[in-house]
Amino acid sequence: MSTLEYSSSHTLLLVFAGITGCLFVASLVGLILRMCLTGGRTNSVIINLNARINAWWVMVLILALAFWAGNTAVIVLFAFISLQALREYISVTYTRRGDYRALLWCFFFFLPLQYWLIGIGWYGLFSILIPVYAFLLLPISSTLGADTTRFLERAAKVQWGLMICVYCLSHVPALLVLDIAGFTGRNLQLIVFLLLTVQSSDVFQYVWGKLLGSRKLAPEISPSKTLEGLIGGVLTSTAVGAALWWITPFTWWQAALIALTINVLGFFGGFVLSAIKRDRGIKDWGQMIEGHGGMLDRVDSVSFSAPIFFHIVRYWWT
Amino acid sequence: MFEKTLASIFCAIIRILTGARAVWRGTQPETRAQIYYANHRSHGDFILIWAILPPALRAVTRPVAGADYWLAGWLRRYLIERVFRGVLIDRHVKRGDDPIGAMLGPLEAGESLIVFPEGTRNQGDGILPFKPGIHHLAEKRPDTEFIPVWIENLGRAMPKGGILVVPLLCTVTIGTPVTLEPGERRADFLSRCQDALLVLEPSE
Repeated sequence: MSTLEYSSSHTLLLVFAGITGCLFVASLVGLILRMCLTGGRTNSVIINLNARINAWWVMVLILALAFWAGNTAVIVLFAFISLQALREYISVTYTRRGDYRALLWCFFFFLPLQYWLIGIGWYGLFSILIPVYAFLLLPISSTLGADTTRFLERAAKVQWGLMICVYCLSHVPALLVLDIAGFTGRNLQLIVFLLLTVQSSDVFQYVWGKLLGSRKLAPEISPSKTLEGLIGGVLTSTAVGAALWWITPFTWWQAALIALTINVLGFFGGFVLSAIKRDRGIKDWGQMIEGHGGMLDRVDSVSFSAPIFFHIVRYWWT
Repeated sequence: MFEKTLASIFCAIIRILTGARAVWRGTQPETRAQIYYANHRSHGDFILIWAILPPALRAVTRPVAGADYWLAGWLRRYLIERVFRGVLIDRHVKRGDDPIGAMLGPLEAGESLIVFPEGTRNQGDGILPFKPGIHHLAEKRPDTEFIPVWIENLGRAMPKGGILVVPLLCTVTIGTPVTLEPGERRADFLSRCQDALLVLEPSE
């Protein structure tokens, strides 16, 4: 069956119908667990599980609405995801009065400009805006605050946050810019492939970890990550990625290989951001998404996998 | 009625802008006369504390604010007098002024106060040494609980001299109440109050 037999919107409809089906099953399982296992007692794991499933319904609904509304809506949605992630990141990062202007530049100039450049498809500039221009201009702005206390640390932390929360995440909607022969008008499907693969990896790591997990991977960084969770999660979602080959320009084994790559990267994305959380003495980045924590808790894996996925596709398929 | 609606709108706006979250770590909300004292880095500080209080508490809690700033211009005057129901204190005390008396009035009527004992907005880390005002209040009403309130991030979001607001997420942490002990010296009481506030500051 060729991908071109269906229109893009038809394909997306099929995928979202599939996701909805999975969520129905998950909600049903959550309901059964709550009724059977708790036996009147409150079990925090099951309460959290149900909160997570409910939050997934909301997140999938928002994504579906954005996809239905089109490319611009998807770009705007990710601009807001970046905004919230950057808020959470800067809120727990040490800055001083002298960084006030640099922070204003981050939120009100570089963030919107990055997404606007993606909107107009200017690859040459959006791919260097933050690594080059923000990298040089932000510390200049901070020196004008005339405060040298912990200067390098402050400048580095602001730049790092901008890279992770804005630059890296913006590579999700940047997939819309790619011009792939025989795939015109279907780039939203690349976003679906990326998000579904990486997010399902997070979900399956959680599921396998809760079911079989015993060997802690690195308790000093993340107490909930286990070896069984990692292997089971990455393998299962690699299978999910391979099974989604028909919505991509890849063959099934290419899809599997790419899924494996972005899943491993996604895992380490969560790992790196956990290390930062431990260092700052916090458990979650925020409270925005019930059961999951903050926005950055949900998108940490995506921010690590999106730029690599973007460049894999750009290098070999355009 | 109109002013109450306006106050609710203000609180809603600031809660959305700052993502404000209250963490009642050392005590629970109570409607009897108490004194909330907080670190001061932004003009928005008292509105933020006000916004995170449960509505029943907000109705009986009044911010103590500097008259020089808030009486300049009709809009500020209207907001502080009618909407926020502030207790205005002249920071440059002249002969005949009675700032302590002005604060005791609402306390005796059963209302709570929000005070900033540093006296001015701090532009650095930590806190500035406290002014003796809260000790005077404690001597006049020794049974009053002084509740430390640490405001995190608002000073970074809208600092002194800043015009735009950096959209950071603010947290308001309410600590363990301090009361004056019999015969306690002023310096000891003030330093106890400062310590009770500083333990709420997130570690760096």
